[in-house]
Amino acid sequence: MTKFLVFLVVIMMSIMLFVSTGGLPALFDPDSPAATHVSPRYIEKSHAETGSPNFVTAVLADYRGYDTLGETTVIFTAGLATFLMLLTFRKTQSQREEEEK
Amino acid sequence: MNKEYDSIILSTAYRYFIPFIMIYGVYVLMNGEYSPGGGFQAGALLGIAIVLDKLVWGEKAILNISGATALILAGIGTFIYALIGVLTMVFKGNYLAYGVFPLAMTEVERHALGILGIEIGVTICVMATIIVIFDSLTRREE
Amino acid sequence: MKELLSQHVIYWLIITLFMIGLFGMVYKNNLVKKLMAMNIMQVAVIIFFLVLGQKAGGTIPIEIHGLEGIENYINPLPHALMLTAIVVSLATTGVALAFLLFIERRYGALEEDEMLRRMNQ
Repeated sequence: MTKFLVFLVVIMMSIMLFVSTGGLPALFDPDSPAATHVSPRYIEKSHAETGSPNFVTAVLADYRGYDTLGETTVIFTAGLATFLMLLTFRKTQSQREEEEK
Repeated sequence: MNKEYDSIILSTAYRYFIPFIMIYGVYVLMNGEYSPGGGFQAGALLGIAIVLDKLVWGEKAILNISGATALILAGIGTFIYALIGVLTMVFKGNYLAYGVFPLAMTEVERHALGILGIEIGVTICVMATIIVIFDSLTRREE
Repeated sequence: MKELLSQHVIYWLIITLFMIGLFGMVYKNNLVKKLMAMNIMQVAVIIFFLVLGQKAGGTIPIEIHGLEGIENYINPLPHALMLTAIVVSLATTGVALAFLLFIERRYGALEEDEMLRRMNQ
């Protein structure tokens, strides 16, 4: 029964998404909305403004530097969470073993 | 680390791989403005080099960075990034607008220097986080 | 028909990949397999963004000396966004694996029904 329900949900959602691909921009279109808003500015000006021929680095570290600061903080927080979780985990484990003794 | 993974071929081969992986990581970091690359990729390469070292040699590894040390390193990396942003504010600019550093160079060169600075911070943070996750998940209980 | 295929097949493949991930997350019993299915979903989203950034006749977004013009370079923005998304997915996978270690030690099982049975005891 669960199997049938899961299949039903996945198939219905697939049909919805397959139908909605008709509204997406044409593939490899130079005039698609994603390629006409801010990216011409990045391609034209970023070497002159930031001294970096690599547009991706210029966008990542200069135009959107504040965004990247947030991402770095997320990575650091994830490492901190992993470390602290397994630290307390190991402590409770050794305490339990001592109690058993 | 684990006797099952320890073999003479792996130990000998990875001994010669590790320096090359590290040099390639530093190259990807320093050349990231002119070729594909940057802080995140360089951090992944350096982290993998140290993880390989710890996998092959275990406790006897030359670069045997423990989880706690690596966590401090990750904090230092994030701090370098934020510090550069605060420095630009000290020199009366916007946050992370690198053009205001009082150095004898053109504004474009100041921007390039600022990008390199924050990429070093990102590299240290990503490298240390990979080591922290690996070390936490595989450490044996004492 | 040919135009339809050339325009939409890549989107259909991405949707299929996404749905494989969704199906695995909902249906599979083992928590490690659920985590792997979640990573498959992330990969589908990353490929979708990269496809949106492509342009016909464009090269990689690194300035080549003497080659100018917007139409010669693909859109750099999706690459910058997805670069950070990949590294963040690595970090979140680490946190999820730490949680799985907790669950395995607490209940002694990673299967969902077995875990629920032991929880209710």
